[in-house]
Amino acid sequence: MRSKIRWPSLALLAMALAFIAIGALNGEYREVLGKAVRICLECIGIG
Amino acid sequence: MPGMHRNRVKKKPRLSFQRTMQLLAAILFNGYVIGFGKGKIFTGGSKAFCVPVLNCYSCPGALGACPIGSLQAVLGDRRSGFPFYVLGTLMLFGVVLGRAVCGLLCPFGLVQDLLHKIPVKKVKVPTLIDRPARYGKYVVLLVLVVLLPAFAATETGLAPPYFCKYLCPAGTLGGGIPLLLANPGLRQAAGVLFGWKTLVLAVILIASMFIHRPFCKYLCPLGAFYALFNRFSFYQMHLDRDKCVNCKKCEQTCPMDVEITRQINSPECIRCGKCKNVCPTGAIFSGFTCHTAKEREARSGES
Repeated sequence: MRSKIRWPSLALLAMALAFIAIGALNGEYREVLGKAVRICLECIGIG
Repeated sequence: MPGMHRNRVKKKPRLSFQRTMQLLAAILFNGYVIGFGKGKIFTGGSKAFCVPVLNCYSCPGALGACPIGSLQAVLGDRRSGFPFYVLGTLMLFGVVLGRAVCGLLCPFGLVQDLLHKIPVKKVKVPTLIDRPARYGKYVVLLVLVVLLPAFAATETGLAPPYFCKYLCPAGTLGGGIPLLLANPGLRQAAGVLFGWKTLVLAVILIASMFIHRPFCKYLCPLGAFYALFNRFSFYQMHLDRDKCVNCKKCEQTCPMDVEITRQINSPECIRCGKCKNVCPTGAIFSGFTCHTAKEREARSGES
């Protein structure tokens, strides 16, 4: 019997990893870090 | 009587698997304890990584970044491109765990679960209201998290994080209140917006006593995102139809009102495992799999 692997799940996993790699190469993580290390006044209801 | 001891009742553990996971995750994601005393937030490199749950990065204890806050920050900055990194991280958590993140890891889910334990008369939301209201979380995701930050920037070229600013109760509870308590400078700056956010938080917390996880059911954009992945995630719930006696105990217990015998991996299922615990025949189980449901059934039939 032909094995029915969850191909859509594997494709989504590959896509997720590719997105993370592209984002990391673009330096997007620095933007995330830059936002996360400062108190977000809007988030806490002040800004 | 012979055979009487066969049906010994298993001693129930003091903390369920779900509660243990929730507590561990809450501690792990908010481990910077001294931040609560100082009224300051953690500024280490781990904040470049998104946590899988709705955990405000302005919570004094937060060691990672909130994925919904990060997504709005990248989308809301005209200088940034497509949010590959944040979206990829969200997809990774979604495809591995699906809404198990909501049921087992989310600290705000834990808060709602604990509030629902308060012994007050519980409210069953009528289906006529409940069904359409469940789509609310998708609207919040699309409008407040994606469209407004992406297209409604101010003259500075930056859009505010609309969801965080006007709705997110986790930010008020985990970030706003602890920071304002410990930091007099911030306390002085609090105004109408803080009042509004406190009101939103209060309504959700009070509603949690009567309705199980109202925020997760109707408003959470992160839950909406993971819901799209529930069908595809490697972590799946399974129902063995040969063992199922159709007693419906699972559906009566399900806090998210999932029709388990019809669609066990419904987008609404948060994989809390309550259905597994009450099933008298052990027909429900969960775990990681790379195979489709049909393939799994065929394999279990062969063995």
